[in-house]
Amino acid sequence: MAHVGLTHFLILSAILFSLGIYAIVVRKNAIMVMMGIELVLNSANINFIAFSHFGNYGISGQIVSLVVIILAAAEAAVALAIVLNLFKTYSHINVDEVNKLKE
Amino acid sequence: MELYDIIFYLVALMVVVSAAIVVGSKNIVRAAYSLLFTFLGVAGIYILLGADFIGVTQLMVYVGGILILLLFGIMLTNKVYSVDIRRENAYIIPSIVIVGIFAAFLIFVMTETNWVTADPTFPNTTVFELGKTLLVHYSIIFEILAIVLLIALIGAATLARNDNKER
Repeated sequence: MAHVGLTHFLILSAILFSLGIYAIVVRKNAIMVMMGIELVLNSANINFIAFSHFGNYGISGQIVSLVVIILAAAEAAVALAIVLNLFKTYSHINVDEVNKLKE
Repeated sequence: MELYDIIFYLVALMVVVSAAIVVGSKNIVRAAYSLLFTFLGVAGIYILLGADFIGVTQLMVYVGGILILLLFGIMLTNKVYSVDIRRENAYIIPSIVIVGIFAAFLIFVMTETNWVTADPTFPNTTVFELGKTLLVHYSIIFEILAIVLLIALIGAATLARNDNKER
């Protein structure tokens, strides 16, 4: 239990990234896969802000993380629209059985 | 052990445990609500790192926007009245092994690398500096992001539109 430094935040983000990758690989439900993607994006943000805080690089890291948050919002909206269309076509959203976007 | 360290460990524990529930839960609604605590914990981590504006943005965009979108998606795509909601997983054991090796490698790299660090400073507020940097040095990126968001929302609305009239 050392004094909290850069390494602690990096390890936390590594754990979060691995959990997100696990969710992306294992889950069949498309919405669960999206939750994994959100976990991965959050862990990347933690890395950006941690390096910006401990590296004394000014505020640029925080701006990159703002960009990531905005792109995550856009991605979630588009992905949910696609998922709704898949549900209309297939009546389920299992990503391992879906191979066409429309009939 | 200072107060900062105790708060960090508590928040990190909350993030990891709730993320594990998100990843492992069989119930998709429970996973979504557990994701709420992951996002809250990550916002706390941002604030611990001196990024107050990003923490509040995380709360507003993730908790208030993306999580609600996910819940809408769950409720629109699950057949509530049918018992058989397909949510089983595929290839659990090989995935755990490979992701475990990957995580161990990642943590090894993060711990063994000799990061060059400076003494961290805690500014009173980052809003002024953030706004100045965003509009002076990164104004093109700011405008492009606005257009990307607009196009993505128009595209999402077009994709999800119910076009019964054309049939």
